[in-house]
Amino acid sequence: MSSRPAPTASTTPADDASERLGLVMRAVSLRHGNAAETVQALDDVDLTVRPGELAAVVGPSGAGKSSLLAVAGGLARPDHGTVTVAGQDMTVPSRRTRTELRRRHVGFVFQSGNLLPALTAADQLRLPLQLGPRSQRSGRDPLKLLADVGMADKADRRPHQLSGGERQRVGIARALVTEPSVLLVDEPTAALDRARSHEIVQLLAREARHRSVAVVMVTHDHDVLQYCDTVYEMVDGKLAASS
Amino acid sequence: MFLAIRELSFARLRFALMGAVIALIAVLMVMLSGLSVGLVRDGVSGLQNLPVTSFAFAQDVQRDSAFSRSVVDLSAVDEWDAQPGVADAAPFGNTLVNTRTDRGTEVDLALFGVQPDSFLSPSVSQGERLGTEDGIVVSPTALDAGLQMGDTVTIDRLGTRLRVVGVTKQQDTFGHVDVAYVPLAAWQAIKSGTAPGTALPQRAATEITAVAVRADDGKSVDLPAGDTAAGTESLTLKESYGASPGYTAETTTLQLIQGFLYAISALVAGAFFAVWAIQRKPEVAVLRALGASTGWVLRDALTQALVLLAAAVAIGVGIGLALGALITGSGIPFALSMPSISAAGAGLVVLGLVGAGAAVIRITSVDPATALGGNR
Ligand SMILES: Nc1ncnc2c1ncn2[C@@H]1O[C@H](COP(=O)(O)OP(=O)(O)OP(=O)(O)O)[C@@H](O)[C@H]1O
Ligand SMILES: [Mg+2]
Repeated sequence: MSSRPAPTASTTPADDASERLGLVMRAVSLRHGNAAETVQALDDVDLTVRPGELAAVVGPSGAGKSSLLAVAGGLARPDHGTVTVAGQDMTVPSRRTRTELRRRHVGFVFQSGNLLPALTAADQLRLPLQLGPRSQRSGRDPLKLLADVGMADKADRRPHQLSGGERQRVGIARALVTEPSVLLVDEPTAALDRARSHEIVQLLAREARHRSVAVVMVTHDHDVLQYCDTVYEMVDGKLAASS
Repeated sequence: MFLAIRELSFARLRFALMGAVIALIAVLMVMLSGLSVGLVRDGVSGLQNLPVTSFAFAQDVQRDSAFSRSVVDLSAVDEWDAQPGVADAAPFGNTLVNTRTDRGTEVDLALFGVQPDSFLSPSVSQGERLGTEDGIVVSPTALDAGLQMGDTVTIDRLGTRLRVVGVTKQQDTFGHVDVAYVPLAAWQAIKSGTAPGTALPQRAATEITAVAVRADDGKSVDLPAGDTAAGTESLTLKESYGASPGYTAETTTLQLIQGFLYAISALVAGAFFAVWAIQRKPEVAVLRALGASTGWVLRDALTQALVLLAAAVAIGVGIGLALGALITGSGIPFALSMPSISAAGAGLVVLGLVGAGAAVIRITSVDPATALGGNR
């Protein structure tokens, strides 16, 4: 199904310009823990994901995959290195600034959707549009976007009335509604069966391409790697391109 | 607001239970307020209705029983009258008596001895004003207690007979007893225990309870200066409430209960929202990861608490007012006063918010990174 050329190691100047609009991580290190016991969650990580690219990160449990997403999205500050999203520095000390950058440029998709139990599917999508100042509340039409992910007829359902796959669709739509530059996805298929997993990753690949979003997807599911443009492997905090 | 109201309607049972507790507290609050106002009115309305700004009692008198203990010489009245800023000064006598009508009805009266031509002499809603030697003007509540216009009452033991000639315009009670205004001379005889037909002892004719002072409109009198000149000890009208029987004990008891209710309201709201905040932690982590600022999350949570508290208090006050209307006039000293009820309601909401605020503040420490991984 994917006929896209595999990304090459060498980059042209045009690529340089476009990759700045995606996610760029350079020499990023992150330690967890205190003086007594520390874990090197990220060890000198370099990663570039261009707009429209779906990159997968695989690796054993505890390798630092979630930490990678946390740093990429400004949820955590790295000890060393630089992270930019759409050209914006995601490592600034101000929590407030990182929150704002995240709101404007980053979308998160979580393992089981992590939807808010009180909200209908449509309201899940309206919520991110409510978070910023009134002047910045632009984005995609929630109902149209729900239709795009195949959830048009379930817009009024709450999470407990949806299946795992449906929840994940809503979660993806929620992450996309603010038109982010970068989508960070943590194990989206962990709770899904095989057929559903394929659907979800196909959906991510499609949205990445159509909307020129740089997507990083952490997964344990080697089955779905066929839909990804690049695959990275993470071991003990070190990231390497997978063969 | 966006999330707050949707959560309120989604978890409506949980919030309704919490709201019911707050509403019950509000009902209690209205009841207590009604009781306080009623008791105050029953205790000191006779004083509240006096056109007086301060009383000059005997020096070093015990303040919580000044009205029953104080004895002041009549000459102090002239001293006070001469003070700058004093519009009027007049003798005031006070005694509680047990009486009996000719029909055998027992009536307790709080006698206010005043000179019929002084500014203290009350206007009447029926009958005539003070004037005749043995004529008394009583509170309308005394009529409810069994007195009638024209009745003659006999004071127990002493045998002095007094005739009801008039009724004041509004409830006048003192220490939960109906007030009867009586001419000063008659009061002096009663106070000194002089039986009818016996001459009033010299000393009794110069003794009064206190000097009632009215300041010029808009002016205040230098009370310490007047006290020095007249050898008295002044209490403002408000301070003098505390000198009436039982007033201080009753009001402090009720204030204590009210204070406890405020504290309970804050604690209940605090405990509820503390549990709620802990339950919401994963959700808050997701909100923060989606780009909600700490301020947004806090505002949303506090709005939720405010909506819940305001609605619950409004319902509780409504029920309280309905119950209060049933009680009013049933003999229990109870009076609904909107200002005091509004203040109590607002107090409940504010203290509930303080409790809720102290609880929800902890969501600011939620690490948004916990939204990642398999924690849900
Ligand atoms: N808040 C934290 N405090 C201390 N150590 C942490 C913290 N978060 C993660 N770690 C540690 O950092 C390492 C990387 O964790 P991370 O969650 O990134 O792994 P992961 O690759 O996502 O694992 P999994 O596949 O199980 O989700 C682990 O050894 C973990 O124990
Ligand atoms: Mg993980």
